[in-house]
Formats: sequence, C-alpha cells, structure tokens
Amino acid sequence: MCARSLESIRGDFPLIASHPLAYLDNAATTQKPAAVLKAMEEYYEKSNANPFRGVYELSEEATTAYEHARSVVADFIHAKRSEEIVFTRNASESLNLVAYSYGRKMLKPGDEIVVSVMEHHSNFLPWKMVAEETGATLVALNPNPDGEITKESLSVIGPKTKLVAITQVSNVFGRPNDIAAITSLAHQYGAVVVVDGAQSVPHMPVDVQALDADFLAFSGHKMFAPMGIGVLYGRMELLEAMPPFMRGGEMIEIVHWDRVTYAPVPHKFEAGTVNAGGAVALAAAMEYMKSIGWDTIMKQEEALTRRAVEGLLAIPHVRLVGSEDPSMHQGIVTFLVEGVHPHDIASILDSKQIAVRAGHHCAWPLMDYLGIHSTCRASFAVYNTMEEVDRFLEAVAGLRTAMGLPD
Amino acid sequence: MAERTFYNEILTDHNLHPQHKKKIENPDYVLEGVNPSCGDDIFLSLRLSGDTIVDVGFEGDGCAISQASADMMAELVMGKTIAEAEHYMDLFYRMIKNEASEEEIEELEEASVLQDISHMPARVKCAVLGWHTLEEMLNKHKA
Repeated sequence: MCARSLESIRGDFPLIASHPLAYLDNAATTQKPAAVLKAMEEYYEKSNANPFRGVYELSEEATTAYEHARSVVADFIHAKRSEEIVFTRNASESLNLVAYSYGRKMLKPGDEIVVSVMEHHSNFLPWKMVAEETGATLVALNPNPDGEITKESLSVIGPKTKLVAITQVSNVFGRPNDIAAITSLAHQYGAVVVVDGAQSVPHMPVDVQALDADFLAFSGHKMFAPMGIGVLYGRMELLEAMPPFMRGGEMIEIVHWDRVTYAPVPHKFEAGTVNAGGAVALAAAMEYMKSIGWDTIMKQEEALTRRAVEGLLAIPHVRLVGSEDPSMHQGIVTFLVEGVHPHDIASILDSKQIAVRAGHHCAWPLMDYLGIHSTCRASFAVYNTMEEVDRFLEAVAGLRTAMGLPD
Repeated sequence: MAERTFYNEILTDHNLHPQHKKKIENPDYVLEGVNPSCGDDIFLSLRLSGDTIVDVGFEGDGCAISQASADMMAELVMGKTIAEAEHYMDLFYRMIKNEASEEEIEELEEASVLQDISHMPARVKCAVLGWHTLEEMLNKHKA
C-alpha cells in the first residue's frame, strides 16, 4: 500500500476541509472522516435492527455487524479474545464500570488504591467513591514537575495495594507513562492495574497483552469515531468474576421472580439496546487509521508537536507544563503565558480562528499539585498542518502585546 | 474573516491597572463570587451609607474579562444609590444578552466595551461574575 499524502488525509475530514478554523483541541475530541460517517449511515440504512433480539435475518445482520466491530476493536488493541471488549458510552463509563463492579466488590478497609495525581477526573472520582464506600485508602502517585513517574515514586505501590489507576498518556503533560513497568510491579503484589487509554489509543499502537494491563478504557470520539461509543477492555477472568454494572435487557440468561442468572461476558455488561451504529463507526475509524498507518500518523503528530514545543519555548514569557523535550509530548502541549489568563488566551486565539482548550482540563488535583490555576492546551491530530502550528505560534507571540503587556 | 475581539485598550487597562482592586475600609459586606466554569473567584466588598454605595472594592485572581468587568462595575456604582446600581445591573445583563438599545448601552460608559461578549457565550460567566456577586450582596442587604 502506498502512503497517503497528508493533504489527501486532510480532505477526508469534511469539517476540517470546509472550516477556516485551525482545530487544535484534538485531545478533547477529534473531527470525523467521511468513511466513519458513511459507515454509520450505511449501518442505519442497510443493517439496522435490534441486535440479539430478533430471529429474523435483519436482526442477525445487525448482530453480525456489532460483533464484527467488537473483533476489530480487539484486534486494534491486541486483546486475546474479542469477548474481552465491552462497549460503553465513553472512557468515563468504562472506568465507572470497573469502579462500581470490580472496585466496590473486591476492595476492603485497609486496602490501598494507588491513583496518580495526573489522572483526569474520570479516573480519579470513581476511585475516590470506591475508597469512601469500601473503607479502602486512596494513595497518591506523584510525578515530578516534568510529568515523569520515576522509579522512586512507584514505591507507593506495595503489599497493601489492591488497585492502581493510571493514565497511559496524561491529558495535560502529554507524556507517555511506562505502563508495563507499573503492571509488572503491581502484579508482584497481586494488584490490578486500570489504565486510562483515552489519550494513548488514538495516537500510538497499544497492546494490552504486552502492557499486561488488567483493564483499559478509551473513548471512540477522540479517535475519529462518533461521540457515545467507548470501550472497556478487561482481562477475561476478571470480567467473569465481576457482577454486572447495570441491569436490564439482553444481559441475562434466565430471569424468574426468585432466580436470575446473567449472560456471559461481555453481554453481562451491556444492558439495554446497544449502540450498534456507534460500534460499527468505531470499527470504521480503526480501519481508517490502519489504512493511513501508524507510521504516517505518528510521524505527522510528532512533527507538529516538535514545531509547537520548540516554537513555544522560543517565545518570551511562555512556560510549558511538563517536559521541554518534544519527544515527551504525545501530541499534547500545555502552556502558560505570564500575565495572560488562559481563558483570555483561548478567546484571543479563537478570534484568530484557532481553537485551543483553556481551563483545568478535568485534572483539578494535578493543577493543585503543580500550584497553578488553569492552563492552555494545544493538541494535534494527523490532519493538522505545520501552517496551522505556525499560525498558532504567531498568535501566541502576540498575546502579551494584545493585552497591553511589554514583550 | 473579521476578527471579533474586544480586548481593546479600555479593557486591558482596567485589567492591568484596576482602580478598585483593593481592600476597602470598614466594609459592611464582603462576599465571594465563584465562576464554576473555571474556578476563578473574586471577593467583593461594599460600604453603604443609608441607601448609597460609598465604597466598593474587589480582590482575587481571574481572567481579564472578569477583572476588568468588576473594575468597570465598581466605577459605575460608586456614589450611586442601590436603586441606581440595580438599574445598571439590569442594563448590563440585557447588554450581554444582546437585548439592550444603543442608548441603554451608552449609559454603561466604559462597561459598554463588553457588549460583544454576547458573541462569546463561553465568556459570559466571566463578565457577570462581579455583577452577580453585587446582586447577591444587595439582595442580602435588602432582606
């Protein structure tokens, strides 16, 4: 297969191709390629019926499409079996599923839950809830100011640790964490590791077996799929031992007034009518990414990130959050401009047709830990261009002047 | 495409050199206002003599819009009666909803530079932070 040109890739995204905006908020959500939109439309035009319900052919087709999507996802993250893939709404729901179903059942007073302070609220609040409800203790895993989890900091993982909640790539630092080292240590103590893959799965090859992850959560909408479809990967024996998260239709085996048994994994965790169109579109997004190839995706994101990091460092009064080494940013660059509030930065950039995120990025504990209130973040996808990064840098360079401050 | 920004000199000047960002003497009321969308907060203090606002000041950190808007508000309501302050409040709220007439907007003096905030729904909360805090304070006073 010959490599796709960056220009033609950009043309795959109707919103990007038709909008003057430099869209640099891809860590929040990505735009959708025509192939994904078409896959969803085709599902509803040609294969739609309620999966698993009907004995008629169309329902079988819907079931086949949905289960095929599951196997595409399993393949994409190298799961051993497609039954280890549970479809959810998003990474938040996946993480809540593990917290409600595994955490509340398996943890006891005296147990420790190790949570990194760089977690998104969705991999922090569920564990705080589990700690409060079970009497387990939350233990903080602290990165250094470069956003690195050092070997020494991992000493908080010990005999009392029953669960470790860690993001593979922080949505603020953008720095990849060494998940394999963390699972290897945690497993020595019999703890399970819950990995937030929301910022990693869209941007780098992830192999759950190589990482030896027990759970991995991610969202479709951050990787070119529609909103409302997400994934929980879980190790089969763990999923089998867990009670259902939600109860309702199509997650049962037998239901009588006095006797209920549940469907096998993964259906036990997919109560109610599923988002088959979303699952099909997620599979199409993964196929789309495969058709471009990781080489092209990663090379372009790396080049954009390097230009942004080096460019920002060259602007006076700009400070990066996390490492100054571009290779330590997986497409995410978070920064501050002395004297200019991040919300003003985002508004001024917006007036120049540049979309960046401002705020606490749903990582308030990390902001507290770093002693900052809020930040600005630019995040890239394969369809972004060097010209967009340059426009962004030029706008950032003019911020202090625009706010009446000396250069 | 035209740039739609109101980060002009009036606004940046109120942000960088606020006249009312200070503690005031013997305040009758001090109230914290929080913007839940970003966590920014201000502490507004007020001293009354009868029905007249004789001193007003604010402290805290926030974006240029929230800081400048609070400073412009303080300048407007200083020396005015509660009823007059409430009149400005009503005008300001209507201006940022794009519902005020030209003449009404003019009454708001420098605070009128914030009229374009109606095009930026995400920043409305920043602009009204000071005003909402003042409103809450005056309601407390009247209760």
